[in-house]
Amino acid sequence: MSSFKRDKKEEEDGGGNPFQNIEKTTVLQEARTFNETTVNPRKCTPILTKLLYLLNQGETLSVKEATDVFFAMTKLFQSRDVILRRMVYLGIKELSSIADDVIIVTSSLTKDMTGKEDLYRAAAIRALCSITDATMLQAIERYMKQAIVDRNPAVSSAALVSSLHLTKLAPDVVKRWVNEAQEAVNSDNIMVQYHALGLLYHIRKTDRLAVTKLVAKLTRMSLKSPYAVCMLIRITAKLLEEEDSGNDSPYFDFIESCLRHKSEMVVYEAAQAIVNLKRTTSRELAPAISVLQLFCGSPKPTLRFAAVRTLNQVAISHPAAVTACNLDLENLITDSNRSIATLAITTLLMKQIATFVSEISDEFKVVVVQAIRALALKFPRKHSVLMNFLSAMLRDEGGLEYKASIADTIITIIEDNPEAKETGLAHLCEFIEDCEHVSLAVRILHLLGKEGPKTKQPSRYIRFIYNRVILECPSIRAAAVYAMAQFGAACPDLLENIQVLLARCQMDSDDEVRDRATFYSNILNTQDKSLYNNYILDSLQVSIPSLERSLKEYIQGETNEPFDIKIVPLVPIPSPEEREVKHKSEGMLISQGPIRPVPVSREENFTEKLSLIPGIQELGPLFRSSEVVELTETETEYFVRCIKHCYTNHVVLQFDCLNTLSDQLLENVRVQLDPSEGYTITDEIPCPKLPFNETGTTYVILKFPENDLPNSIGTFGAVLKFIVKDCDPTTGLPDTDEGYDDEYILEDLEITLGDQIQRISKVNWGAAWEEAASSYIEMEDTYSLSSMNTLDEAVKNIIQFLGLQPAEQN
Amino acid sequence: MNYKSQYSIDFLVKKPMRILMVGLDAAGKTTILYKLKLGEIVTTIPTIGFNVETVEYKNISFTVWDVGGQTKIRKLWRHYFANTDGLIFVVDSNDRDRIEEAQFELHSMLGEDDLRDSILLIFANKQDLPNSMTTAELTDKLNLNTLRNRKWYIQATCATQGNGLYEGLDWLSNELSK
Repeated sequence: MSSFKRDKKEEEDGGGNPFQNIEKTTVLQEARTFNETTVNPRKCTPILTKLLYLLNQGETLSVKEATDVFFAMTKLFQSRDVILRRMVYLGIKELSSIADDVIIVTSSLTKDMTGKEDLYRAAAIRALCSITDATMLQAIERYMKQAIVDRNPAVSSAALVSSLHLTKLAPDVVKRWVNEAQEAVNSDNIMVQYHALGLLYHIRKTDRLAVTKLVAKLTRMSLKSPYAVCMLIRITAKLLEEEDSGNDSPYFDFIESCLRHKSEMVVYEAAQAIVNLKRTTSRELAPAISVLQLFCGSPKPTLRFAAVRTLNQVAISHPAAVTACNLDLENLITDSNRSIATLAITTLLMKQIATFVSEISDEFKVVVVQAIRALALKFPRKHSVLMNFLSAMLRDEGGLEYKASIADTIITIIEDNPEAKETGLAHLCEFIEDCEHVSLAVRILHLLGKEGPKTKQPSRYIRFIYNRVILECPSIRAAAVYAMAQFGAACPDLLENIQVLLARCQMDSDDEVRDRATFYSNILNTQDKSLYNNYILDSLQVSIPSLERSLKEYIQGETNEPFDIKIVPLVPIPSPEEREVKHKSEGMLISQGPIRPVPVSREENFTEKLSLIPGIQELGPLFRSSEVVELTETETEYFVRCIKHCYTNHVVLQFDCLNTLSDQLLENVRVQLDPSEGYTITDEIPCPKLPFNETGTTYVILKFPENDLPNSIGTFGAVLKFIVKDCDPTTGLPDTDEGYDDEYILEDLEITLGDQIQRISKVNWGAAWEEAASSYIEMEDTYSLSSMNTLDEAVKNIIQFLGLQPAEQN
Repeated sequence: MNYKSQYSIDFLVKKPMRILMVGLDAAGKTTILYKLKLGEIVTTIPTIGFNVETVEYKNISFTVWDVGGQTKIRKLWRHYFANTDGLIFVVDSNDRDRIEEAQFELHSMLGEDDLRDSILLIFANKQDLPNSMTTAELTDKLNLNTLRNRKWYIQATCATQGNGLYEGLDWLSNELSK
């Protein structure tokens, strides 16, 4: 504790951040004191604090650094100091995803979570779950179940929330804890009840019937926790949306009854739910509106804010319904809380904001911009008014985030509404004339390059772009050169002028700008459409981290042969569902958590693993890896999953097998395939040993039928073959050396066309298609589409079947 | 620091000693640790990771690191080698099938540089079982006589009854106070 006091004093004396000047290497060096024979908590706690500070500032550690400091930290478990121990828990959580062999603290954390010290228990559970992987989970399952129903609410809550995180890792194991979660729902503690409901719903959410039952049961018993009630309202509202029966169902009655709940939070949640239901009629809306109207006069700023915000939404969907509240909203314009006032005004009248927009903080301006975006999408015809307003805001002072959000909004409007495109682009052009944020200017230039050529009068944008070349810093100049090249490629009329401008750019003082100008000018000289498409109009599709890695490897090795970009896996294109999730995350039941680091494509992950296996690296670059296919039911004796990796001429089938029988040791595990005609098996790599509860992998390499794509679709019979040795369940050692052969029939494995097609997004689909017609072999085949109700559904099925990417987001 | 305070510190504070206790799984390491710490037999489960406890005995405060013996944990023992004063290697005297495996683990560990100066105590545990090997037999099977430049001692123990444990600690404390 004394160290904290000292830090505080220093802060008062010197001012500023005491951690300002610390460096990673110094802290890692200091962390070696953790290894000393006797631990000094006073010395170690501040070092850990510094380490955590660094990690939270975004400092990265290599695997080795992380592992070293992690193991040094484990030495601190010998100290009984409560503060130090809790710092260690935090350290474990931070490092669990980077360091190797983190399971080393499993026993210690299990002991702390079941021990007498209440200060340790909840935190130990959270740390334990962060180091546990699917194979280790079964070892701690018993403790988790106990902790969920623990009498201490902090422990119970920690266990419930951790279980929720674990569902991502091992959904099937967590599903088994449903009885404990059920019991925890009956808890008297408001947090425990809320967390338990969260877990319970998450376990059951895929099973509609179970959710219906859950809701039916819980709406009847009155939950004590307002948080839980809010959650229940959300679940119920979701059910209502999915149901076709209209709003006279018991679900709606429940939500409406919550408008009379004693907790304001619940009342608001219910009102919000009713407002957001798609089919609400104005009669049903009335009670919700009057509740919100009441909140507008509440002494609590949060309530006023929430109410105005929701009314803002209503104003968009049911303008008439808000008229009753106009008087209240007008009162709020003079509210002492600027945020509320601003929202009140956006709701009433957009124009009035301009008068005090400069007084509110950037953060809140962003909210205003978002409100405008929503309005613009709702009323496409009003775009010119809104656009003018936005451009006025663009000209005002403001930080990068604020400006970026305005630019984003304009871009969204442009994409959504073709009529607004020209005005939008004009505003953006004007904006970059005087833009101090490099990244934003580069983005806008990129957009101009993409969209500009498609307008009626592309030539008018050239001037704006070329001005950048004259006036700005190198990175903007380079972006401008690229944008001009796009005009040159897409508009033949302008080509000559562009060439003149590019020639001037070749005189630039910056290398990158010069290089780009020369490069594009040469390509444009060739007049070759396919070169245009490949090098100017389409952007790079490969995943950037893998490109970097491949280039590094290439430079280290022999550089006699040119670098082959085909070996770099393509960047995964987010599926529509993922994109939808991103948009909708606001209203979701479960928050999204921190943004993950740059995603590495599946292919890249597998390339690394597969290249270690002899016989596989000769097959060439990995083209596509399929989704995981389960070949057994989840809870059978042997659990087998298959991933299909397609290479140019071969397909590698990866079978991940899990042995769930504790009294059996499997050896020489392999999958015997009965391939369909045309396929030849070239190699088999068995898994030598498969003990209980471990996952082993066996591979089969097949050669595709030659030049015969339609026939490459096939169904293979598959049988798991192995030698069984009976063994002692406790030690895992075989009783005898002699085993016997056995086999286990798996479900048939299908190879579909989709496995062999990689998704690529082409910017200019039409041009690419024309080009492809000459250079690729066209494949034609007829597949029957049955049982399709709508066009949408049909498209979705085709995408799934063939693994294609919709062109130009059509 | 003057003479007087130096004296009083020596007198009051027990000398710390770092002990690393390893061995194959199910040899009885955790049972030994808690028998020493609490004086009673606790039910144990396979240790995934480690247990660490301080045991006060005579004038020495032993910090005992009991690291799990499962195959996947054995490769992590090395993280706990540094600053080890005494190494306790626990063998299940009744496990004739795996004595060779134990011999292998012991000798490969003693080749590590970090353990160059640590003394070695072997607990020949589970002596109460009828078919158990004697210390002489174990000395032979574990090739202890081939050890050079290493102080070692083998002690017959039975953790469940507490026999032999303190005799082992006696040897450790005598050797370390030399």
